[in-house]
Amino acid sequence: MCNLKPLNIQYLYSIYEQNMKNKYSIFSLIKNALSGHENWQRAWRDPEPKKEYDVIIIGGGGHGLATAYYLAKKHKLTNIAVIEKGWIGGGNTGRNTTIIRSNYLWDASAGLYDHALKIWEGLSQELNYNVMFSQRGVINLAHNLQDVRDLKRRTHANRLNGIDAAWLSTEEVKKFCPIINTSQNIRYPVLGGTLQRRAGTARHDAVAWGYARSADKMGVDIIQNCEVKGIRRSGDQVEGIETTKGFIKTKKIGVVAAGHSSVLANMAGIRLPLESKPLQALVSEPVKPIIDTVVMSNAVHAYVSQSDKGELVIGAGTDSYVSYTQRGSHNIVEETLRAILELYPIFSRMKMLRQWGGIVDICPDASPIISKTQVKGLYFNCGWGTGGFKATPGSGDLFAHTIANDEPHRLNASFNLNRFVSGDLVDEHGAAAVAH
Amino acid sequence: MFIINCPYCGERDQSEFSCGGEAHIERPKQPTELSDDQWAEYLFMRKNIKGIQFERWNHIHGCRKWFNVVRDTSNDKIHAVYKMGERPPIK
Ligand SMILES: Cc1cc2nc3c(=O)[nH]c(=O)nc-3n(C[C@H](O)[C@H](O)[C@H](O)COP(=O)(O)OP(=O)(O)OC[C@H]3O[C@@H](n4cnc5c(N)ncnc54)[C@H](O)[C@@H]3O)c2cc1C
Ligand SMILES: [Zn+2]
Repeated sequence: MCNLKPLNIQYLYSIYEQNMKNKYSIFSLIKNALSGHENWQRAWRDPEPKKEYDVIIIGGGGHGLATAYYLAKKHKLTNIAVIEKGWIGGGNTGRNTTIIRSNYLWDASAGLYDHALKIWEGLSQELNYNVMFSQRGVINLAHNLQDVRDLKRRTHANRLNGIDAAWLSTEEVKKFCPIINTSQNIRYPVLGGTLQRRAGTARHDAVAWGYARSADKMGVDIIQNCEVKGIRRSGDQVEGIETTKGFIKTKKIGVVAAGHSSVLANMAGIRLPLESKPLQALVSEPVKPIIDTVVMSNAVHAYVSQSDKGELVIGAGTDSYVSYTQRGSHNIVEETLRAILELYPIFSRMKMLRQWGGIVDICPDASPIISKTQVKGLYFNCGWGTGGFKATPGSGDLFAHTIANDEPHRLNASFNLNRFVSGDLVDEHGAAAVAH
Repeated sequence: MFIINCPYCGERDQSEFSCGGEAHIERPKQPTELSDDQWAEYLFMRKNIKGIQFERWNHIHGCRKWFNVVRDTSNDKIHAVYKMGERPPIK
């Protein structure tokens, strides 16, 4: 048994004191409840940019904020700014369907995504911020023989890499998620599926806010409503950035701008292999708990989970063309809902409440880029496309390492920009293409 | 979501078309002489412009012909449509 002390007021007060300093706990909750929740301190400052920083991170999404957090925490660099053109977490971080898993095919990807998954498992404690990480399991369905072969192969590959993975028969799928229509008479019958039990979901906004708050506490300046308009170079070394709040000097820039990565690459005069496309999601009206896992299907392109509020969270596909409109086309949503209805006839009378889009940066091999560039002091973390939320903590950790040491970490060495020249691609279309 | 004016069939919904990506990327004339850098450039590197982009489209659920479109990717407005082999009507 744990070491229980007698509950007396003095003892409670001493714990409360320890937790006072901006730390969230049951005690701070009680105290603030008693004063009508009017005295919570703001979670991060709102500073004006300094003239110069040691490192500037462009993009205040989850990946950018995590990068700043690990730069400060692990590499003791605290003269850092995160520059965000809108509000933090307002990009893809706040628009995704929050699926987290690590069942990718190749060794390099397994290393990368499982590194992130391991950090997720302790993230709420580490950040003292509840990111609501929920390991409810993720099923990937197979609808044809090729799916069955591919998914079984991936299950074996995952196991060899120490990633939990299991193959489920049609009956086992039905048992795990009873509302799936497993009739063999539908257009794309369920022939089985894989299950990763450690996989699940998290609260996307909380990830941005949790990293922001902890980074800010270590001295990182988070500067919102500040758009980067130019990247100044002197020869092959970066000098600083032009922003809507003026010029800011720095020798190291980490760009983490998701759908806008190419726009920033153009400012710096480098080329990237990306295409930016709208990707959509939608949620239904809230209902009672009906699906307690995440079910994805590549072949018919439909995936669904249920939020803690009770909404069905449904992910659709990307549009086929480049666009920065952050909307997406109606026919894409129709196709997804058609597939959802065939797999889950029980949802036929659900009403959809909201639909939105994000701009995802798609790489030719469906793997990300976490890399140095040919410009000294310029680093890019991009190409996460439709599936980077799951990698947020790992991506931040490895990008921070790359920036601090001017060398990649062993786990992101394969995800360099040069692979498009060497041909050493990390083809994850099977694991990543439509599934997120 | 937008309407595309196919040079052969007229105005149709975008969902009838498939996008072939950036236009005017020339196939290498002497593939054997290309360096790895040039191959990377040809195969993978894209402008991915936010703004006026030149791109290829195919009327896949119609006449199945290829043609070019000038589109502003920041608002999906189409500025011009022109046939394969023609010069872009806009700079
Ligand atoms: C609909 C949808 C569903 C998805 N579902 C999943 C999923 O289930 N699981 C999963 O793992 N992934 C999913 N993803 C992908 C995931 O959301 C992204 O890969 C991930 O969130 C990217 O994080 P980020 O921090 O790199 O980007 P973002 O959160 O987009 O942050 C980039 C930031 O850069 C800022 N920025 C851009 N240009 C500038 C500039 N010039 N100056 C200053 N700031 C700038 C932007 O405003 C933005 O806030 C989904 C994406 C979408 C759109
Ligand atoms: Zn036509």
